[in-house]
Amino acid sequence: MSLTKYAARRLPLTLAQVVAVASAVFLLVELLPGDAAVVLAGDSPDPARVAQIRAELGLDRPLPERFGAWMGGLLQFDLGASIVSGRPVADIVLDALGPTALLAGLTLALLVPLAVVAGVRAALREGGLTDRTLTAAGVALYSIPEFALAIVLITVFSGYLGWLPATAIDGIGPAVLVLPLLVLLARPLCSIGRLVRAGMIEALAAGYTRHALRLGVPRWRVRYAHALPNALAPAVQQLARTTDWLLGGVVVVEAVFVIPGLGTVLVDAVADRDLPVIQGLAVLFATTTVLVNLAADLAAFRLAPRA
Amino acid sequence: MNDRLSRRGFLGASAGALVLAGCGTGSSSSGGGGGGRLRAAFAGGGATEVLDPHLANLFVEAARSKAMFDKLADLGDDVSPRPRLAEKWEPSADLRTWRVTLRQATFHDGRPVRPQDVLASYARILDPKATFRAKSSLALIDLSASKAVGDRTVEFRLKRPFAEFPNVMAAFGAFIVPEGLRDFGKPVGSGPFRFVSWKPGRSVLLKRYPDYWDGAPYIDELEFLIANEESARISALLGGQVDYAHDLSPATARQHRSRARFVQAPNSGMQAFAMKVDRPPFDDRDLREAMFLLTDRRELVNTTLPGAGQVGNDLFGKGYLHYAADIPQREQDLDRARALIRKAGAEGLTVRLTTSQAAAGFVESATVFADQVRAAGLKAEIVTGSKDTYWSDILTKGSLVSFRSGAMPIETHIAQRLLSHSTTNATRWARPDFDALYDRAVSSPRAQDRENAYQEMQRILHAEGGLLVWGFADWIVATSKKVTGVRPAPANTLDWARFDKVRLG
Repeated sequence: MSLTKYAARRLPLTLAQVVAVASAVFLLVELLPGDAAVVLAGDSPDPARVAQIRAELGLDRPLPERFGAWMGGLLQFDLGASIVSGRPVADIVLDALGPTALLAGLTLALLVPLAVVAGVRAALREGGLTDRTLTAAGVALYSIPEFALAIVLITVFSGYLGWLPATAIDGIGPAVLVLPLLVLLARPLCSIGRLVRAGMIEALAAGYTRHALRLGVPRWRVRYAHALPNALAPAVQQLARTTDWLLGGVVVVEAVFVIPGLGTVLVDAVADRDLPVIQGLAVLFATTTVLVNLAADLAAFRLAPRA
Repeated sequence: MNDRLSRRGFLGASAGALVLAGCGTGSSSSGGGGGGRLRAAFAGGGATEVLDPHLANLFVEAARSKAMFDKLADLGDDVSPRPRLAEKWEPSADLRTWRVTLRQATFHDGRPVRPQDVLASYARILDPKATFRAKSSLALIDLSASKAVGDRTVEFRLKRPFAEFPNVMAAFGAFIVPEGLRDFGKPVGSGPFRFVSWKPGRSVLLKRYPDYWDGAPYIDELEFLIANEESARISALLGGQVDYAHDLSPATARQHRSRARFVQAPNSGMQAFAMKVDRPPFDDRDLREAMFLLTDRRELVNTTLPGAGQVGNDLFGKGYLHYAADIPQREQDLDRARALIRKAGAEGLTVRLTTSQAAAGFVESATVFADQVRAAGLKAEIVTGSKDTYWSDILTKGSLVSFRSGAMPIETHIAQRLLSHSTTNATRWARPDFDALYDRAVSSPRAQDRENAYQEMQRILHAEGGLLVWGFADWIVATSKKVTGVRPAPANTLDWARFDKVRLG
């Protein structure tokens, strides 16, 4: 089956998935206790005032009517406006997309080459220094949550050494990005590196590589043209999950480093029960998840065509 | 590799700091009061943030509002009203007409602050279709009968006699805006700082207003930055990215005391448990008194507000105007508590304590309190509710709930929470005789009668009310060592988050 045909078969499913996610999120938010009016009233919840805010926000309209209006807008690429601030959802999402995309892009740009190099080196010298470091660091970093790693890095590099800014509170510059990138890289680097390592060891032990070597194909060619693509396939799936995680805005990292990205917007919107903003993000996240997975499947298909 | 990267970061950061410092000293020569840009970190609200001072809800919005706007009055450290845009006020003998004289002040566009602006601001807040927070406080003004008298006097006519009208002028959100101001994306006020720019959810930059009636600020520029996590606010302060970090915990204050200047304002946040007096089990007066007596207030303060709180005496407003300071401090008395529990026939009763993460320390204090309840022979069960809707939920649900309150005049506390028609009455305290006492406290022509009524109300609440006030938390902010002039003041009072009297030096 050709790549184009494979892609064409996956696309309609992709659209259905996005719509399904958006509908599910709408209903789930409705199930949360309280609405934006109650949240806005805060600690002075005079019932008459809450009722008036509710009417002002249009929250007193029946659920199907609100869902219908939102779906209608979506079909015209209109995500609506925040019920709390009145700002267009598209603006809010676009503002936050910048920092998130920047961090995700930089993380991926560093992650892919580093993970592949580390994984291959570890596989070529099983039990060697790289291998042992990768394994040890992988286990260690897996047991440290991001926020803890972030706080430790801030304390050391900003607090004691004074080398790097602690947060992005006064804007995002190159120096500000170093610590968040380290935190974001730590776990995926180890998990993907280990997957590359495992895939590479398996590929190098497989019949086809041994056969190629016996045929006199140069060692570098066997390793990098034959074994590596096969070794990468499982890593690509993990990379897709990591990309998805990064594009969703890593809430903890954003909060600790004060990066105004998508994760922060989502947390605020859920706390405010700001349904249009939550919905807008759900559509965005569903779309990216589905597209990233599609891209990963296509890449895996291309790397190691089967069936 | 890491080392080289880090060094570059270091150079980049210090170069930035030099540029900033350059800006600061450059413009301060024109200001003449020390100058510089003060950067203050607050928690924010992301997409929900507004600049409209009448819509202000969050601390950062309140702080920005007071930097750009004035109220006619504001609350001092003892939460009594002080004149601000109003130079003085004078009630009629029947307390129904108040003559308020305005200061000679100007808005940032140069226009004078006139009585018409005051009336228009209040009219906007009182608009029947609007939901501004100050609306309920201002509701007793009969606007159609109020009028401007000359260029600098407003005559307010009230719907009923009210001795505490200055509290109304100091109400949260009762800011004076120029008549006809529509675009609150570019606010124009009469406050000490004028608006420069706003990035929603990130920052607001303001510039000193040299013609401010209360004296031009010492600093040139004031920048509000947003960091929702407490750890981020303190990191930014210790890392030199901001000069002021708002709303910090006692633990943070202890941990970093040597590296920053912590300013703690006592008697800021009332910490309490609210018992609903209209339903079992706390409709029984003996059981309420037993709860008062089984409480170890010192333990609650020491465990949940270490080094940053005082014990309470089951009354709101410790140290505030009208506070009944002569009522002796209630101490734990387990024997009497057990006797009262027996008398109420409540031995072995299960008390359900509702709490949530709606405020810092709620769950912790509820856990400690549950143990104290158990020690007196009752059973205790903690129910954790939703934090986002907590304040609404506890008005109708539960029988014993975690409760707290920021600073407000004692009169406002009573009016909003303890009268038959109060709309946020979490203890369901509703008694005609108490309502009558309140009326006396706010409408008696004689000051002594009013004071007596306040004392009487507090004696009743202390003896048999539903609010078990166990402590008062300090309000904690921190500044870098170069900042001076930050006064300890309870949140939402005049000197809280006030930057026009602060120096960077």
